[in-house]
Amino acid sequence: MADTTTTLVEPTRRDFLYIATGAVAAVGAATLVWPFVQSLTPDAATVAAGAPVEVDLTPIADGQIVKVFWRGKLIFIRNRTPAEIKAAEDVNIATLRDPQADSARVKPGHAKWLIVYGNCTHLGCVPLGHQGEYEGWFCPCHGSIFDTSGRVRGGPAPTNLPVPPYAFTTDTKIVIGQEVTA
Amino acid sequence: MSQHPSTYIPKSALGKWFESRLPIAGLVHSSFIAFPVPRNLNYFWTFGAILVFMLISQIVTGVFLAMFYAPNAALAFQSVEHIMRDVHYGWLLRYLHANGASMFFVAVYIHIFRGLYYGSYKAPREVLWILGVVIYGLMMATAFMGYVLPWGQMSYWGATVITNILAAIPVIGDTIQSLLWGGYSVGNPTLNRFFSIHYLLPFMIFGVVILHVWALHVPGQNNPTGVPIKSGKDAIPFTPYATIKDIFATVVFLIFFAYFVFYIPNFMGHADNYVPANPSVTPSHIVPEWYFLPFYAILRAIPDKLGGVIAMFASIAVLAFVPWLDTSRVRSTAYRPLYKQFFWILVADAILLGWLGAKPPEGWYVIVSQIATAYYFIHFLVILPLLGFIERPLPLPNSILESVLGAKKGGSGMPAGANAEPQIKG
Ligand code: HEM
Ligand code: FES
Repeated sequence: MADTTTTLVEPTRRDFLYIATGAVAAVGAATLVWPFVQSLTPDAATVAAGAPVEVDLTPIADGQIVKVFWRGKLIFIRNRTPAEIKAAEDVNIATLRDPQADSARVKPGHAKWLIVYGNCTHLGCVPLGHQGEYEGWFCPCHGSIFDTSGRVRGGPAPTNLPVPPYAFTTDTKIVIGQEVTA
Repeated sequence: MSQHPSTYIPKSALGKWFESRLPIAGLVHSSFIAFPVPRNLNYFWTFGAILVFMLISQIVTGVFLAMFYAPNAALAFQSVEHIMRDVHYGWLLRYLHANGASMFFVAVYIHIFRGLYYGSYKAPREVLWILGVVIYGLMMATAFMGYVLPWGQMSYWGATVITNILAAIPVIGDTIQSLLWGGYSVGNPTLNRFFSIHYLLPFMIFGVVILHVWALHVPGQNNPTGVPIKSGKDAIPFTPYATIKDIFATVVFLIFFAYFVFYIPNFMGHADNYVPANPSVTPSHIVPEWYFLPFYAILRAIPDKLGGVIAMFASIAVLAFVPWLDTSRVRSTAYRPLYKQFFWILVADAILLGWLGAKPPEGWYVIVSQIATAYYFIHFLVILPLLGFIERPLPLPNSILESVLGAKKGGSGMPAGANAEPQIKG
């Protein structure tokens, strides 16, 4: 039976059936892969544990940096001194690797509070606070330097420390994980 | 003896009955007993057997460790300490497994450089070589995930750094990262899936090893001259000659292995990994296990994140193309005076990269890493293809037998092979 098809040039009904069967099998296999891949994505409990967190800022002293976690990710909350704010604002942003004004990295009227993710944008180490040339952060892993606005100023890190979504609920309270408060 | 029986004849009636239903004894006989082996193999050819031994050793110790290990971020570190302190001989199981991984890589690096030196990747052994590169890749993935399991500081931060590397891949990087993490950062789901894959991969390695040996037994083994077996006099049967030599070499290797296990079990580990994982503090100096250091140096040598990732993967992938990058028709480096020098420069370059990988990426270390990385690629992409055209190789012996018996200067003065009596020499 096999040799009847080899001598024919014209596609036959049998060719059509082979292709149709193969296509159904391929679609079926792809459909079956979907739940397996989906099972690897963050599960419902993990997502639920990633709900917004509230942080009270009152215990944080002037110049202090505290570490909090949201969605298993480290976040720095820095109560900046006037000198640190000034240093961050007085930068010519055109000279930066990832140009961003300090005002774009804090909430209006709350320039004191810098809230950024605490993992280096190079390969994810935790930079050390109040260290490095600009006394912002210094990453011990491969030497990235960040200023008091969390912007990259040297080393291999490609971007600034990102600002997580957050909002002030009162002057001394923030909610990390949501942009606007109800 | 020079006629190697290719057909196995079972002696007993039961053997005949079974063989006609599943001819496995015949397969073993033709692969590991009667199989013709070049008579001039040196000890570099025993590392294949050593590697098989190490794979089995890792599987056996791993299966026992898994009986006591808890793949949960809250329990993992404790359970490893429990293995070390409470489980009878748990310390031995764990030290055999942790040092066994290092020994596995010692053996595989010798095995790979053996292949590069004697041209074992050249036709007709390209598929054999590529299967070897596949095994090496699987080994690296297995060892990386295994190192995450004790959930110490190096485990956690090693996993963080490596999974962040993958995020640099354009378009799909973030998806890959999130599927590996199973969360928003390295955490319990990550540990769980790494354990599952760490358990799985060695068995996949086992499967590829079977293909590797199969692909070896089609063309047969290469040998220090690179000249193929031409007559039965060039070969000896696998058993007893190669079997005994492989067992002897494995025992010597085991003594080396045992020295580490019993006297300096933490020599190749990092003290930081005895500190439980802490996502808010990075160890002052993150270094991977020694066997990854050359690739880590290449990763960091490139000032661009994506560029570094590409260079690192390319440095491994380039090995798969060596059969076509090498244009010389002579296999063995023993007959390639120019390549011989470049071979040793490559070995030195790889060791230099390994040393640099353990250094902080500052100052002149960075510059030297860049030069060493560039040289690594130049070796494979420029020197190797060009040498085949430039080099004038030394004359090859006519046969393996001639190289063994005729090579002796000041001998009887008889023409090579005239006094050949393989039965005596074997
Ligand atoms: C290709 C073979 C294998 C390699 C290269 C390998 C490598 C490793 C490495 C480097 C570690 C970390 C050791 C430490 O610092 O504590 C480890 C841990 C572990 N491996 Fe494997 N492994 C292999 C096979 C297996 C298999 C087959 C199993 C299970 C069936 C297994 C189960 C474990 C367990 C439970 C741990 C955690 C306990 C510990 O940290 O000692 N491994 N492995
Ligand atoms: S992880 Fe911070 S510099 Fe590399």
